[in-house]
Amino acid sequence: MTTVHERVDTFHDNDQKPVGYGRMLRKEDPRFVRGRGRFVDDIRLPGMLHLAILRSPVAHARILSIDTSAAEASPGVKAVVTGAMLAEQGLAWMPTLSNDVQAVLATDKVRFQGQEVAFVVAEDGYAARDALELIDVEYDVLDPVVDARRALEPGAPVIRDDLEGKTDNHCFDWETGDEAATAAVFARADVVVSQDLVYPRVHPAPMETCGAVADFDAVDGKLRLWSTTQAPHAHRTLYALVAGIPEHKIQVISPDIGGGFGNKVPIYPGYVCAIVASIVTGKPVKWMEDRSENLISTGFARDYIMRGEIAATRDGRILAIRTNVLADHGAFNGTAAPVKYPAGFFGVFTGSYDIEAAYCKMTAVFTNKAPGGVAYACSFRITEAVYLVERIVDCLADELGMDPAELRLKNFIRPEQFPYTTKTGWVYDSGDYEPTMRLAMEMAGYADLRREQQEKRARGELMGIGIAFFTEAVGAGPRKNMDILGLGMADGCELRVHPTGKAVVRLSVQSQGQGHETTFAQIVAEEIGIPPDDIDVVHGDTDNTPFGLGTYGSRSTPVSGAAAALVARKVRDKARIIASGMLEVSVADLEWDKGSFRVKGDPGKSVTIQDVAMRAHGAGDLPEGVEGGLEAQICYNPSNLTYPHGAYICVVDIDPGTAQVKVRRFIAVDDCGTRINPMIIEGQVHGGLADGVGMALMEMIAFDEDGNCLGASLMDYLLPTALEVPDWETGFTVTPSPHHPIGAKGVGESATVGSPPAIVNAIVDALEPFGVRHADMPLTPSRVWDAMRGNARPPI
Amino acid sequence: MQVTMTVNDVEVTREIEGRLLLVHFLRDVLGLTGTHSGCDTSNCGTCVVWLDGEPVKSCTVLAAMAGGHQVRTVEGLAKGAELDPVQQGFIQCHGLQCGFCTPGMMMTARALLDRNPDPTEAEIREAISGQICRCTGYATIVRSVRWAAVHEANAAAAVTETTESREAGEIDNAGQPAGSVV
Repeated sequence: MTTVHERVDTFHDNDQKPVGYGRMLRKEDPRFVRGRGRFVDDIRLPGMLHLAILRSPVAHARILSIDTSAAEASPGVKAVVTGAMLAEQGLAWMPTLSNDVQAVLATDKVRFQGQEVAFVVAEDGYAARDALELIDVEYDVLDPVVDARRALEPGAPVIRDDLEGKTDNHCFDWETGDEAATAAVFARADVVVSQDLVYPRVHPAPMETCGAVADFDAVDGKLRLWSTTQAPHAHRTLYALVAGIPEHKIQVISPDIGGGFGNKVPIYPGYVCAIVASIVTGKPVKWMEDRSENLISTGFARDYIMRGEIAATRDGRILAIRTNVLADHGAFNGTAAPVKYPAGFFGVFTGSYDIEAAYCKMTAVFTNKAPGGVAYACSFRITEAVYLVERIVDCLADELGMDPAELRLKNFIRPEQFPYTTKTGWVYDSGDYEPTMRLAMEMAGYADLRREQQEKRARGELMGIGIAFFTEAVGAGPRKNMDILGLGMADGCELRVHPTGKAVVRLSVQSQGQGHETTFAQIVAEEIGIPPDDIDVVHGDTDNTPFGLGTYGSRSTPVSGAAAALVARKVRDKARIIASGMLEVSVADLEWDKGSFRVKGDPGKSVTIQDVAMRAHGAGDLPEGVEGGLEAQICYNPSNLTYPHGAYICVVDIDPGTAQVKVRRFIAVDDCGTRINPMIIEGQVHGGLADGVGMALMEMIAFDEDGNCLGASLMDYLLPTALEVPDWETGFTVTPSPHHPIGAKGVGESATVGSPPAIVNAIVDALEPFGVRHADMPLTPSRVWDAMRGNARPPI
Repeated sequence: MQVTMTVNDVEVTREIEGRLLLVHFLRDVLGLTGTHSGCDTSNCGTCVVWLDGEPVKSCTVLAAMAGGHQVRTVEGLAKGAELDPVQQGFIQCHGLQCGFCTPGMMMTARALLDRNPDPTEAEIREAISGQICRCTGYATIVRSVRWAAVHEANAAAAVTETTESREAGEIDNAGQPAGSVV
């Protein structure tokens, strides 16, 4: 295991043309800067109709009647469909990714504000919207369950009376770790600190909302569906199961996607409505939700109410961590996580520390809020886990009067302990934490910052320094432990080298901006020596790519990236045999020089991979038993997750007169193992850091007591702009994954996971003069103001 | 009603509904899908185009209001095959990821540079503060605009001095965003 640290130079022409890894310009950019991206809403088919969805105005109500006659008579309207009509076809309900069911269109009750009630298909989008206004729905409004803490109270309204025998709002219980052993350690610890924490409900809000174009051809029975999906293959299988259309007659195309962040993992009712509408009308049908629909009805994230407890010795040795979580899953359990992991990968809440015992107990409940539950760049709930541990470690530092950096350094898992099995059973593959932490401290000028803080405090100025150190678990499967509705979390990859030595690589994963067309060309190029510009990357089309589970949870590079490297090695192995025939030597006498095979000891004798490609497809003889062509396919099943880590330091200034928080500096040192394209990695980190600023300072999907969503537009749900974020300072260390073919780990969500606790820790540090030990996100000026007056309250 | 406007230097006349928004006119009537729509409240800025040279949010302009005016969209940013320096800067500095906010960001950036050829980091951030990007965290967008500013200045200098183009490294150092720590 090697560890290298260096800083990233962030401003130079990226005109390198590496045959493999390195800073290379993105192959997808020329079309985007010309406005030539092809997003779902850009798809226009002849005769295409437009679909709009009527949504519930209330959080909980029985539907008494729906009158669609006026809507049907509205100009341009082709069809109006209600839940009752879908029920006749057995399509009113669909499975969620967590083995629950969700209404496509409500039949009996509406269970959250914004739930789908009916849809209109019309000649254009304006006409469809007009007709929505004419649908008359009579509701019998019921008491809603809004506060998750009260969901299990006796007498609480039962939301899920669609489930046979359901008499409460209980969703699931889950536990991990050793309760008794943890209790024993807590009982003998010198110091125990307990803190209640809320990670509020937030929303991924990608700039492109969700939508689909469905085109069912009644003659050949084929459904073509362009949709905003991060997992086209998984969606195809689910449509086959739900709609009864044979799987080979479904083509799911995920074209350019305008950001995902987990929001585009689930199947939403709107997609199913578009499919039904196309079947009913015999025409292609487009559905694109508007921003309010996106915010009120699609996959939210977080919504964990947590109690964190940490036990330690007086001199700062962390002994045990215990947590109790109340999880709000909304009206349907739409969580997208491996089915055996109802709480996602929250089990990594023990963080980066070598401790003696850990235990978590979680209860999840239904409430009258939108379903979802694992979106927004969280690596399957690791965001909540890292926030919990990094916040309570800071609370412990405060209790002990220790520097938070020193406390972390004292408790890190040591490099020689890897692979390290945590007390909740996760096997961290590799890590070398101290150098990463030291690099971040050096880049930040940590000691100088503490001195500056002392001087400022003496003057009554509020400056805070926050640290967070995270370990993530990304790259699900392995398939034997991890599946979604029975589909193992493995990924396929196919590589074809054409006669002239150009190539096409076909992926089961799909990009929403991560730059797969570049990164995957580089991975293949590194292995097979064909320049990345000569390698076309095909993705996001189920008819033209091998099966796999898609892009989310930072799994593309850990899973599909491994598949791409291994399939290239498979092709190279065949190329070696063909080369041995061409050079009339044995395979053992050849050496590979990234792009050509040379005869050992006779460097003048060589053939390039392009020569081999032509021979593989040509008329000349091939060695005995070798088929023509130069291509291979693979399905990669990871043996373990990969465990990237990072050290983040945030510096904030708070205006004592307005309580406005300014993030002055943010230093992020990430270790994602082998780095394929540093420019793209840095971009992934930057984006996640901005997400973190949003969550820490401004984002929250709030509800009033009636269950009305208070964050239903971008005027109410605030996202960070260029003015709220600093110029990021990034660095990196490299600790390769020992089990990944190229040593790479995922990085897409690292910064979203790691940055919120760093920012909150900085703000709490700044508020130390006011005796504040904790304040919940979002730390808006009014909430910081309250904290300064000893009035810090949870946001829900 | 009938509306006539000039879009990317081409005069177009179409029969439209009075309530049609400019963003939908451009996308659905003219097929110029480079301009996007990301919210309904003029907050996101993915729909920014120019109306008589000024950036506007085309989701908040009726197509009828653009009648008789000049509209420019991302499709009209390049000069034929030659990309505008702003477009080049976004490619060079990784100023885009998913590409959805990018057309609007570039239209605003171009308008800024036309007004202020040498903007500071703070001025760039202010200029794009009415637009949202969820992917990049903004720093690379700021660097992209600085790249364009520096390269345009150098290109102009090269024309007047008739000197050879400068070395990339020299240009790059000059383009370092003010006050940044790397």
